[in-house]
Amino acid sequence: MSNVRQKDYGTPASRAEATVTLTVDGREITVPAGTSVMRASAEAGVGIPKLCATDMVDAFGSCRLCLVEIDGRRGTSASCTTPVEAGMVVHTQTDRLKKLRKGVMELYISDHPLDCLTCAANGDCELQDMAGAVGLRDVRYGYKGENHVFARDNSGETNPRFMPKDESNPYFTYDPSKCIVCSRCVRACEEVQGTFALTIENRGFASRVSPSMHETFLSSECVSCGACVQACPTATLQEKSVIEIGTPEHAVVTTCAYCGVGCSFQAEMRGEEVVRMVPWKDGKANRGHSCVKGRFAWGYATHKDRILNPMIREKTSDPWREVSWEEALAYTAKEFRRIQHQYGRTAVGGITSSRCTNEETYLVQKLVRAGFRNNNVDTCARVCHSPTGYGLGKAFGTSAGTQDFDSVEHTDVVIVIGANPTDGHPVFASRLKKRLRQGAKLVVIDPRRTDLVKSPHIKAAHHLALKPGTNVAVLTALAHAIVDEAIFDESFIRERCDWSEFEDWASFVSEERHSPEATESYTGVPAGELRAAARLFATGGNGAIYYGLGVTEHSQGSTAVMALANLAMATGNIGRPGVGVNPLRGQNNVQGSCDMGSFPHELPGYRHISGGETREIFEKLWGVELDNEPGLRIPNMLDAAVDGTFRGIYIQGEDILQSDPDTKHVAAGLDAMECVVVHDLFLNETANYAHVFLPGSTFLEKDGTFTNAERRINRVRKVMTPKNGYADWEVTLKLAQALGLDWNYSHPSEIMAEIAATTPSFGKVTYEYLDKMGSVQWPCNEAHPEGSPIMHVDGFVRGKGKFIRTEYVATDEKTGPRFPLLLTTGRILSQYNVGAQTRRTANVAWHEEDLLEIHPHDAEQRGIVEGDLVRLASRSGETSLRAKITDRVSPGVVYTTFHHPDTQANVVTTDYTDWATNCPEYKVTAVQVSPANGPTGWQRDYDEQARQSRRIEAVEPAE
Amino acid sequence: MSPDKLIYMANQIARFFHSQPEQEAAAGVAEHINKFWEPRMRTQLFEMTDADNEGFDPLVISALSEIRRPEVQQ
Ligand code: SF4
Ligand code: SF4
Ligand code: SF4
Ligand code: FES
Repeated sequence: MSNVRQKDYGTPASRAEATVTLTVDGREITVPAGTSVMRASAEAGVGIPKLCATDMVDAFGSCRLCLVEIDGRRGTSASCTTPVEAGMVVHTQTDRLKKLRKGVMELYISDHPLDCLTCAANGDCELQDMAGAVGLRDVRYGYKGENHVFARDNSGETNPRFMPKDESNPYFTYDPSKCIVCSRCVRACEEVQGTFALTIENRGFASRVSPSMHETFLSSECVSCGACVQACPTATLQEKSVIEIGTPEHAVVTTCAYCGVGCSFQAEMRGEEVVRMVPWKDGKANRGHSCVKGRFAWGYATHKDRILNPMIREKTSDPWREVSWEEALAYTAKEFRRIQHQYGRTAVGGITSSRCTNEETYLVQKLVRAGFRNNNVDTCARVCHSPTGYGLGKAFGTSAGTQDFDSVEHTDVVIVIGANPTDGHPVFASRLKKRLRQGAKLVVIDPRRTDLVKSPHIKAAHHLALKPGTNVAVLTALAHAIVDEAIFDESFIRERCDWSEFEDWASFVSEERHSPEATESYTGVPAGELRAAARLFATGGNGAIYYGLGVTEHSQGSTAVMALANLAMATGNIGRPGVGVNPLRGQNNVQGSCDMGSFPHELPGYRHISGGETREIFEKLWGVELDNEPGLRIPNMLDAAVDGTFRGIYIQGEDILQSDPDTKHVAAGLDAMECVVVHDLFLNETANYAHVFLPGSTFLEKDGTFTNAERRINRVRKVMTPKNGYADWEVTLKLAQALGLDWNYSHPSEIMAEIAATTPSFGKVTYEYLDKMGSVQWPCNEAHPEGSPIMHVDGFVRGKGKFIRTEYVATDEKTGPRFPLLLTTGRILSQYNVGAQTRRTANVAWHEEDLLEIHPHDAEQRGIVEGDLVRLASRSGETSLRAKITDRVSPGVVYTTFHHPDTQANVVTTDYTDWATNCPEYKVTAVQVSPANGPTGWQRDYDEQARQSRRIEAVEPAE
Repeated sequence: MSPDKLIYMANQIARFFHSQPEQEAAAGVAEHINKFWEPRMRTQLFEMTDADNEGFDPLVISALSEIRRPEVQQ
């Protein structure tokens, strides 16, 4: 076990710079001031017995097991709550201490079941360890007295103290009979997760842990992050997978494959079976925390729906036919060559996956550029954060977030706009909430009252509940207020930006039409509130901006990103800890897929394809001449397909039919192609239109790297053999070989070596270096050997920061009599993106279907009551789903998620896109809502089509 | 793609650059289209504007001279 369990120092590390030297059991040790005696001892290699302390949370000092004697002090001191002092001499083992500790343990054990041998925590229980450590050999009090252990006493009477097991949560159990009331779980839920779902109810001997108001875990506020389970020293809170399988025997550090936070995990294994995933304390993105997805929702990796054999079919109306890898790859290669021969070199392309590794993404774009000899490569970032790349690139010279997540610990004022981090980026949200509880101020700009606006111990100073589609107007009005009240940071601007550009911008935003008063009528944001928010941000200390898809997925997405950059520069909030402009990225490797040259106009490292020097680097290495023209973006590919000039596509790990807007248009495009190759874990929705299916592998089955939203390159490590036979990089490699390319990689580290050799911001990145450093943030090269937690420290990447005028242009998607409501979309915690993975885990316990949130006023007008099936219609199409009536949305606004294919919210979204990047306008669609009596015609047709196209031909049994 | 959609996309770009300083506007539109529009889209743009300018924002028209004409498609 020792190689699996992460070391627990008992109390959190101190951040102090000053150090203190003391002596513990004759060993001299120097630690930062403020460190506890317990932690100092642990660092010196002395393990003091403890139960209520863990380094996940602040010390509480309740169990009295950790007592020590300190020279010159009378009595004993709890080492977890006693800070070190210079010259202190500590003794951890004396006769007096031994006796005291035995007494404490005896009391604990007298109210604890003695079924250690069959307990799920056997071998991984701190109570057991401590009983051993203090030499407990018998319990004088016996087990007859008052207890929480037995349901009935000897005479058969029910024991009022006994509480049955709570097994309601799909992933862990709560067995109150084993609880020692150390409150570690309660503190973890408060301090680490910030949900405050647990309390200790009652007092003294009667006290017990209780979720919310004595509810079950599942029906409580609990978001199933697992922090309490990790904190629990006993089997009271225990992963069901451990109960089922047993304790793990080895552990491998890897990275979560769900969201852009990029949490580090210890995959705890028994052979090739995952026993549990436990957040890794040394992970720099998550610092030992996680959310329900990464912690628990990995069961999809072994789900029965996974397709493990390659399949082909000539027509999409045929059933699938299972074939060998050789046949599938040869068929694909032949088809792509035929199409290129028949329709031209540019008639094929590929889509890289932001769920796959950097190495895999790099190979797909290389396949397109060097193998297909064109630049028709794009990625799902097109539909989420492409405006970030464009906007930040223009303003700062680089297309990525400016900070690391640790930066939030130094922030005084936070603007969260168009993001719902408690659902979308939960671990970052926990870190943000921690800072807010310490007193930082919060401004939320969002049409919907997200959880951050008000939750336990958190309240936003200002919630600007703007009308969907008016981001740029609101942001420009904020700039107006800042310039108007002359609260910009002149010295920063003079030093770091071009003063005359600033003046031009300042005079633009100062125009009366941009004032909060003038914009109020169409943004819906009260001018006074907006001005107060501007004042707070400009004058409240370190100001940081965090934003999400609610900013980018608009027809003015790129303009809004530039407006955010303007605000940060005008207030001097760039280039140090606690500030910055930070995109919260959706999928785990969106950042990486952008870095790796997934866009049709850019080679890896954001270098435009027209640049001869950059092309030459790759041309030399790859031995081919590269096309110097930009390729097609996803929506352009679909248009070209309908026009007949684009006929074949290789899609790795994306479900464009479900994730891209205007489903009908996507379907028409795919339908017009002659060879659609889907490389994925499951028969996803896009596969309904595919001719070739190549089975994919999960993050547990491959080596590689993911880059998270803070530009952090994290290692992904293989813990099991790919069930489908090959890791995804091997599949692309084999496809390239089938196409006649002379590629030879025997391990992803060789692909990383090629990336480092060609891409300056990755210059120093190797697998050995990542093993040594844990992780690094790019740029990581000779100039920044340790990587770059914060960017633009001494100057902007582009030289001077650029102020850009941001004129508000109302979207053409307008409400009217037929479609009077505005629909905006989002996501929820337990599901991920289109849900292909999470829907195949027990996470469905929290989200069985997509719901339409509608304001009571709008619902009443339409005669809709809670839970009604309603028809949601736009100019593009219609779907039906159930209504949830809530004042979280304003009148006139409705909201839904897009996790379930049955709902197909994107049937109703339109094909309007961002002016600069063609990022779809998901966040604003004019709709009408009315009562429905069943699925819409489209939903029925779609179901039937999906059922037909998923048929797999029965294989003749081999003789 | 449909001519209407192409006009729409070009005009959307022009709308952003209208608000930029005047001397940068046309060059901005041209640079943007050169950087991000695949040759097929630029070919279609020229096919349409060679016939007539109807529907296009005047800024798109004044940017035309700086937009690269793709070589004839193979
Ligand atoms: S799982 Fe997380 S949210 Fe739920 S009770 Fe435990 S710590 Fe709190
Ligand atoms: S459930 Fe576990 S962590 Fe919570 S009080 Fe009981 S023993 Fe301690
Ligand atoms: S989904 Fe995101 S926040 Fe949750 S564990 Fe994975 S990386 Fe962390
Ligand atoms: S560990 Fe110090 S009092 Fe419990």
